Amino acid sequence: MGLTSNAQDAFVTFDRVQKSYDGETLVVKDLNLQIGKGEFLTMLGPSGSGKTTCLMMLAGFETATHGEITLDGRPINNIPPHKRGIGMVFQNYALFPHMTVAENLSFPLEVRKIGKSDREAKIKRALDMVQMGSFAGRRPSQLSGGQQQRIALARALVFEPELVLMDEPLGALDKQLRETLQFEITNLAHELGITVVYVTHDQTEALTMSDRVAVFDDGRIQQLDAPDTLYEEPKNSFVAQFIGENNTLTGVVSKMKGATCEVRLDDGEIIDAVPVNVSQVGERTQVSIRPERVEYNPERLTEGAHTIHAEVLEFIYMGDIYRTRLRVAGHDTFVMKTRNAPDQRRLTPGEKIEIGWRPQDCRALDA
Amino acid sequence: MDHKLPPYATLGQRIWFYAFRVICGLIFFFLIAPILTIIPLSFNAESFFTFTPGMLALDPEAYSLRHYVDFFTNPDWQQALRNSVMIAPVATILSVSLGTLAAIGLSQSHVPFKGAIMAILISPMIVPLIISAAGMYFFYSRIGLQGTYWGVVLAHAALGIPFVIITVTATLVGFDRSLTRAAASLGANPVTTFFRIQMPLILPGVISGGLFAFITSFDEVVVVIFVGSAAQQTLPWQMFTGLREQISPTILAVATILVVISIGLLTVVELLRRRSERLRGMSPG
Repeated sequence: MGLTSNAQDAFVTFDRVQKSYDGETLVVKDLNLQIGKGEFLTMLGPSGSGKTTCLMMLAGFETATHGEITLDGRPINNIPPHKRGIGMVFQNYALFPHMTVAENLSFPLEVRKIGKSDREAKIKRALDMVQMGSFAGRRPSQLSGGQQQRIALARALVFEPELVLMDEPLGALDKQLRETLQFEITNLAHELGITVVYVTHDQTEALTMSDRVAVFDDGRIQQLDAPDTLYEEPKNSFVAQFIGENNTLTGVVSKMKGATCEVRLDDGEIIDAVPVNVSQVGERTQVSIRPERVEYNPERLTEGAHTIHAEVLEFIYMGDIYRTRLRVAGHDTFVMKTRNAPDQRRLTPGEKIEIGWRPQDCRALDA
Repeated sequence: MDHKLPPYATLGQRIWFYAFRVICGLIFFFLIAPILTIIPLSFNAESFFTFTPGMLALDPEAYSLRHYVDFFTNPDWQQALRNSVMIAPVATILSVSLGTLAAIGLSQSHVPFKGAIMAILISPMIVPLIISAAGMYFFYSRIGLQGTYWGVVLAHAALGIPFVIITVTATLVGFDRSLTRAAASLGANPVTTFFRIQMPLILPGVISGGLFAFITSFDEVVVVIFVGSAAQQTLPWQMFTGLREQISPTILAVATILVVISIGLLTVVELLRRRSERLRGMSPG
């Protein structure tokens, strides 16, 4: 997205960072990451993947066992959290319950010895930014979850930090509120030009909000890319499975043909695929295809592409799309999503059809 | 609360329903009756510890304030009162500061031997008082604290610390750690965070602990007899001496005053605690 950064102009860098809590197992293994100024970067991954630990190291609440973290060119390993000047939003809001909304926002300004009139102006601006201007006199316990998170956001922004960290800030909210706030947070971040590091385990959130997404698993970044690249071109089977819905077929690489390869599936069928991290004939592979890239209308298939037999098991009409579950090459969970177009035929369970896809949409990944 | 028996209650449940009330009544009676008896007795016109026939007949002549007058004019009692008032608050301040810090320290996850340290700190509450007192006597004698004002203050502080640790630890259980992290991320150093975030939120526990520590010092007689000298004779000590040597009903007047002070303190502290809980949004309204 043009925001990719080389080490010189990166705002935040993790350089070969490792973290272990017990001195034996590494929670974060060899993390290298550059975050550009003004970038919205999301750390996405299942729980225990090390993403929150990375955020806590950046905030200063955990120390790196090895490696170096720099902020604006300065190493920050030896700077305590309160001197880093990084704003932070917590999942449970962490508003001070004995203070009013205005006092909560005033706190970071008071510890910075900012004068009263300045403080009031900044508090007002921050509250207006999150549309909570009329709530200054309330206490946190008098606000709903969404309102509390708005205040927490205003508090993290009121002292004008250049970097804001968010640790699953929308995790405790209901779906609709979450979507509204996702939109508001992204807009605010881009308007203010702040750098945001956002942690979530919700892949939709990651895809819709971020400039780049770092997918974490097992203490490593599995893939770091813009949301569209991440979705369209997963680099390994973990990322393919974790982001969005994916169909997986297993087989062996039978022929390498340069940009494409042929895969013999376990039941003997042959399909075309793009070799991503397989390189040799005979290697086992997991082939992954997005449900919306599978086609059964022969007119829509690329000429010369291999097709494969399938049996319809279930056909669900979902309004805008048809969702069909198929038996393909011995797998019962193969899903196909087709747009509800005027020329599209509805299928019935038990029907035998031929399906296919463009070879570039079918990716042969590590098994 | 519903005080009525449900229509489907069995005979056993009915019997228990009333028996429970009788038992509760008896418990309250045994707890409170001795204290309540003291109050009218302290207005006895005679120098006896018993109700005179005149008092039982509610004859105004049989009642007087002479024992109260004695308390406020007798130099021995006045000195004892001064000693108590000088010792208890200082011992309380020491207990509260040390006990609160200990509780916060012991609530950190990385502290080793937590259980053992906790056991040692609250041992003055469990070990029989006479043992603590004797131990303190020998120890304080060696280091020159026996018979001094600070000796008694330190001894009473040691007795009060367990109460503070227990109440503050209980409050810390509900304390959200991310609040201190939030304060740090907002730029507050640990000291500011402690005084502006943590302290106001655990204040109810600190106040109740402080109250217990104060009352412990104010009512304590065993340790002060061992550790103190004539110059530190506190009210309870003076009462004890009074009982042994002269059996003056002035003791009853003092006891009544102490009961009133205790009730007053409890009420004030409870009101403060409720206000503080309301402030930190623990309960509505």
